[in-house]
Parts: sequence; structure tokens; C-alpha cells
Amino acid sequence: MSRGRGSNLARLIFLGPGLIMLTLLAVVPMLLMLSTMFFQRGRFGGVVYEFTTANFSRLFQPLYLNVIQDSLVVAGLVTVLALLIGYPTAYAIAQLPPKWKTIALLAVMLPFWTNFLIRMYAWTILLSGPGLVNEALTGIGLIDKPLELLYNRGTVVVGLLYGYLSLMILPIYSAVERLDPRLREASANLGASPVRTFFSVTLPLTLPSALIGAVLVFVPSFGNFVVPEILGGGKAIMVGNLIRDQFLKARDWPFGATIALVMVVVTVVLLLAQAVVSRRTRSA
Amino acid sequence: MRKKSSRLVFLPLWLVYLFFYVPIAVVVFMSFNAGDNPYIFEGFSLDWYGKLAGDETILQGLGNTLIVAVGTCVVSTVVGTLLAVGLARHTRSKVIEAIATMPAILPELMLAIGLLIFYTAIDFTLGLTSILLAHLTFGIPLVAVVVRVRLASMDTSLEEASTDLGASPLQTFFRITLPGLAPGIAAGALLAFTFSLDEFVLAFFSAGPTDPTLPIVIYSMVRFGVTPDINALATLLLTVSVVAVLAVQRMTRITESLK
Repeated sequence: MSRGRGSNLARLIFLGPGLIMLTLLAVVPMLLMLSTMFFQRGRFGGVVYEFTTANFSRLFQPLYLNVIQDSLVVAGLVTVLALLIGYPTAYAIAQLPPKWKTIALLAVMLPFWTNFLIRMYAWTILLSGPGLVNEALTGIGLIDKPLELLYNRGTVVVGLLYGYLSLMILPIYSAVERLDPRLREASANLGASPVRTFFSVTLPLTLPSALIGAVLVFVPSFGNFVVPEILGGGKAIMVGNLIRDQFLKARDWPFGATIALVMVVVTVVLLLAQAVVSRRTRSA
Repeated sequence: MRKKSSRLVFLPLWLVYLFFYVPIAVVVFMSFNAGDNPYIFEGFSLDWYGKLAGDETILQGLGNTLIVAVGTCVVSTVVGTLLAVGLARHTRSKVIEAIATMPAILPELMLAIGLLIFYTAIDFTLGLTSILLAHLTFGIPLVAVVVRVRLASMDTSLEEASTDLGASPLQTFFRITLPGLAPGIAAGALLAFTFSLDEFVLAFFSAGPTDPTLPIVIYSMVRFGVTPDINALATLLLTVSVVAVLAVQRMTRITESLK
């Protein structure tokens, strides 16, 4: 109603501080980062503003392409697992009575609001040689001596899944909750089995939200450097590690920014894919 | 038959909760360990909590983190609240909307290196201020989102009546909008504080060499070997998160906004 009716002064007071701060602290740095790719490295870090395209040709060396490919595989795997686990979980929460629903949702949100490093550290205790998982496995006689559970690609996948699963569950829950129950009833009345109803009514209508979840899980997994380091023991490095090392060890900031471009591209492509699917669902 | 299948629906839920909470439970349990073997429980004690209180590095980190978190919380709350009202009542621009929400969706690492390049380009000394500024990129949009959820559920007729009776936009804001928004603002403030308290990636890239925040201290502790006092520290931080999330739920029924 009152939208767009406020005076210019009110607009300035309400929107000004936030927009100025976010422009300076997010928009400008992002643009600066993107432009840095075309410049040369300083000797001790920093940027020498002289034009070059060398950073791009370097990106296509097998060394870097392999890490990019590995990261896509790991983040992809994490996302698929999060979908397969998160969807039934979100669906189950939506079937709970209201009071339990609240508790169940809080229990999903809580891990997301706890310290990420500490959650990853918890897995190092669980999975280490003398840790709980090995104890349990030897206890029930499944194995004779402790397994090497830590420091491989699988551990990284588990850690990332642990870190971001909440971000898959919440949007899917939201979509299932918004679903008009009459649609499912109509499907059932027309003689469709529950399975058929799920695949031809529920799933297509909740797909856009599941894809939002997929973007929310894939993007931070792809660019993560903490999990490969703590749980991967530096043996399963990902794009995030490359970027971190270019900035803090090799001190080649322009090349670090060029690697980060891969993250930008991946993020944009995923967001576009999500937008296309959700538009199709809406028009269908 | 029907009963059996409906119970089976909840199986994934239980498995996910086991997955979520067993690792956390182990850390909390081991924080009360009397011995110093991180894997074998040798009886109950609070020794590790005592050790924590005497650890200079951790205390310094905690001090730095609190400064940054309080600063982030205050600035984000004021600016984020204004932004939420501005977005809901004073503009329809998609560009403004994008600037206000985009930073929260960007991968932290991208923002972190962008800020590092920015700080260097303008010769801004890295320290607690640069970390605080970095945290605002998430804190402001976060508060704005939470406050907007509250705004959306508020009846606009009071504001319209106030305007019709001749109140200026600022008068309307302070007399009508702000009191109604209070629970949302408090919840946003708490979330911004908790976020800053636990945030690592932005802090890691924006920190100067001499004043690490607590997550940076934890990072080096975790990387260079397990010491049992991390468990005690972890338990305390987990407690803060639990309290914060429960308080936010009480104030805003945030779970309802998912519908």
C-alpha cells in the first residue's frame, strides 16, 4: 500500500546506510576481485595493476583442472547425498504434529548455527584410529583392527554433508509444507497409488525448492577449504584450498582471483538452472 | 499396513538426528573427562574448563571475538532494521533488493578474498575493525531478512493511520513500526551476534597477524593436534548457540516462517 510512497528523505535514511555499506563491503570488493584476474602479482602479495591474460592460460594446466574436476565431483556427490537424505527427512518433518514439527525444525537448524570448525573437529574424534566408530566396529566384531577412516576423500564428503545438510532440509520442508493437500487428495481419488502421487504430484512441485537446497549445499561445499584440511588431511584438496594457498602462501593474488572465477561461474550456472526449473514448474 | 508405512516415514528423521547429534554429544561428553586421552573416558571432572580459564591464547581470542561480535551485532541491528523497513516500505527497485541480499548468498571465500584485495588497495590496516566490517556483509542482510519476516506479518493499517493523521515517516517509524518490530529486531541481533562469534573464513582473511579471533585460534588448535580443552571450549560455544536459537524461536517463532 504505502510502497513507493515515502519521501526521498525517508528513503535516504532507511536505505542509505545499508546500501552504502553493502556496496562498499561486498559489491566493490567483488568487482575488484573480478578485475584482479587481468593484472599481475606483486612480489609479496598484493596486485600490480598491469594488464595480462596469463592467469587464464595458467588455469587450464592439468594440475589446476584436476583439482577443479575433483571439487566438482566431491561437491556433486555431497549434493546428491544431501538430496537423497534431506528429501525424506523434510517430508517426514512435514508429517509431524505441529508441536513436534517445531522441535524437529529447531533440531535441524541448530547444527547450522553452531561453530563449523568445532563440528568438523568432532568428526576427527569420532573417526580417528582409537575413536568411537572404530571402537564400535571392533566391538561388534566387524573388523579386527582399527580402519583408516580419516584423511581421505570420503571423510571430506561426510564432513561437508554434515556441515550443509540443514540447508537442504529447510527449503524442501518449506515446499512440502506449502503444498496444497487437495492436489494429493485429487490424485488419490483419481486412483493413483501413493507412490504414483508422490512422483507425479509432490516431487515435481517441490523440485524448485529442492534445487534451491542443492545450490545452497553445492556452492559452499565446492569452495570449502576447512574440511579438506581438517578431515581430508590435505590429501584431498579442493578449489578452496587452491585459492587460500594462492592468497596466503604463494602470494599470487591475481591467480587466486582467477581460480575464484571458477566458483563464480559455477554459482551463476547453478542459480540459472534453478531459475529455469522453477519458472517451468510455475507455468506448468 | 497403513500404520506400518506411516511409521517408516519417520525413520530417515531419526537417522539424520543421530548423524547430527552423535558427534556433538561425543565432544560434550569428553569435555568432562578426567584424563587427558581424547578417546577414553576416565571419570568426571571439570578440569578442562579450569584449564580453559587459564589459557592466554584462548582468552585473548575470546576477547577479540567479543569485541567483533558486539560491534557486528550493534551495527548490523541498526542498519539491518532500517534496511528492512526501507525495502518493505520505501522502494520497489530490484537492484536495491539484490544489493541488500546478495552478500549473504555469496560464498564466504569469494567475499573474503574480495575484501582482502579491497583492504589492500585502499591501504586499510588489517585488524579487528577489518574483521568487523567483513562480518557486516552477512550481519546486515541477516538482520534485514529476519526483520522483514516480522514486517510481513504486521498489520499495515496502523502505519497508514499514523501517516494519514499527519505523522512524518520518522515519527511513524519510531512510534508505530519499531515497537511492533521489537521481537524481530532482537532475534536478528542475536543471530548476528552468534554468526560473528562462530565465523571463521571472513575473519581468517581479514585478520591482522597479532589479533586472532576465537575461531582462528580454534582452527590452529584443531590443525596442530588435539588438546582436550577444545572439547570444553566447544561445549561452551555449543551452549551459546543452543541458547541463542531457542531465544530466537521464542521471540519470532522462526520455524513458522518456513511455511
